[in-house]
Amino acid sequence: MTQTDFTKLVLPFKDKVFRLAKRLLVSREEAEDATQEILMKLWRNKQKISEYKNVEAFSMTMTKNFCLDRLKSKQAQNLKIVHSNYEEKNTSLEKQVEARDSVDWVSKIIEELPEQQKIILQLRDIEEYDFDEIAKVVDMNPTAIRVALSRARKTIREKLTNTHRYGIK
Amino acid sequence: MVLNSIEKLLEKYDNGETTIKEEQQLKAYFAQDEVAPHLESYKTMFQYFNTTKQEDLYTKDVPLKTKKSYIYQWISVAALLVLSLGIFTTQFGEDKKTFDDLTVEQQTAYNQAVEVFDLVGSKFEQGESNMAAIGLMSNKLSLGAEKFEHVTEFSKATNKIFKSKKKKQN
Repeated sequence: MTQTDFTKLVLPFKDKVFRLAKRLLVSREEAEDATQEILMKLWRNKQKISEYKNVEAFSMTMTKNFCLDRLKSKQAQNLKIVHSNYEEKNTSLEKQVEARDSVDWVSKIIEELPEQQKIILQLRDIEEYDFDEIAKVVDMNPTAIRVALSRARKTIREKLTNTHRYGIK
Repeated sequence: MVLNSIEKLLEKYDNGETTIKEEQQLKAYFAQDEVAPHLESYKTMFQYFNTTKQEDLYTKDVPLKTKKSYIYQWISVAALLVLSLGIFTTQFGEDKKTFDDLTVEQQTAYNQAVEVFDLVGSKFEQGESNMAAIGLMSNKLSLGAEKFEHVTEFSKATNKIFKSKKKKQN
C-alpha cells in the first residue's frame, strides 16, 4: 500500500476520528495529537488493513480506546477541576453568553455527559452512524445504545431549556 | 413540513428511536431560520450538530514515513567482507609459494637481485683485505714509536751529564 492509497483510504474518516477525539479530550491540540497517533498506528499496520472488515469502525474503536486511556492517565496525573456543584447565579452573564453563542452551550453541556453517552451521541447525531456501526465501536447492544442516546439527548435539551428560561427572564 | 409531524419525530428522537433519515429531516427543518418558539432548544442542538460536522476538521498533515529498506547497507557490509577476505587469502597464499611457483620473469628478477647482492658482498671482502694492510701499517708504526722511546731515554741521560758538567763549572 502506497502513501497515496493510504491517504485516500483515511480521508473519508480522519475528520470523524478527530472530532471524536476532540469530543472526549476537549482540547484541540490533544485531539490533533490523538488523531495523528491513530493514523500513524494505522499506517504502521498497513499490511493488515486489508484484513479489517471495516477500517472506519476499527479506527473509531481505536480512537475511543486511545482517548479513554489518555483520560485515565491524565486523571491519575493531575487534579481534575470540575465545577460539579458550582451554580451560576448571575443571570445576566449567562444571558450574555447565550446571546453571543448559544450553540457553544451545547458543547459545554455535552462535556458534562458521561463518556459513554458522549461517544454515542457524537457517533449518532454528528457523524450519523447507524446503530450497528455504533455497536461495533462501543461494544454494546443496540437497545443499550438507544437508551444511552435517549438519556444524552434529554439531558442536553433539559439543560438548554433551563438556560433559555434564564435568558427569557 | 407540518409542525405536528415534526413534534412526533422529536418525541421519537428523544427516545432514541428515530432512523438516520428521520434525523436528517429534523436537521433540515431546524436549519431554517424560523422555527416554532417552543422548539427553540432543539434548534440550538441541531445547529450545533451541523456546525461541528462542517467546521471541526483535521487539517494537519500526518508524517507518514515509509519503512527504510536496509538491504543496500547490508550489501555494502557483504562487499566489505568479501574484499577483506580476498586480501587475507591472497596474502597468505603468496607466503606458501616456493621458488618453482614463480614465473620466469620473477625468477630472473630474483636471480639478478642475488647477483647484485653477491657483487656487493665481494667488494665488501676486498675492502676488508685493504683494511688488513692498514692494520699491518699501524702495527709497524707502534713498533717505530717504541724505538723512539729508546731515543728519548738516551737524550735524558745526556742531559743529566750536561747538567753535572755545568754545576762543576760554577
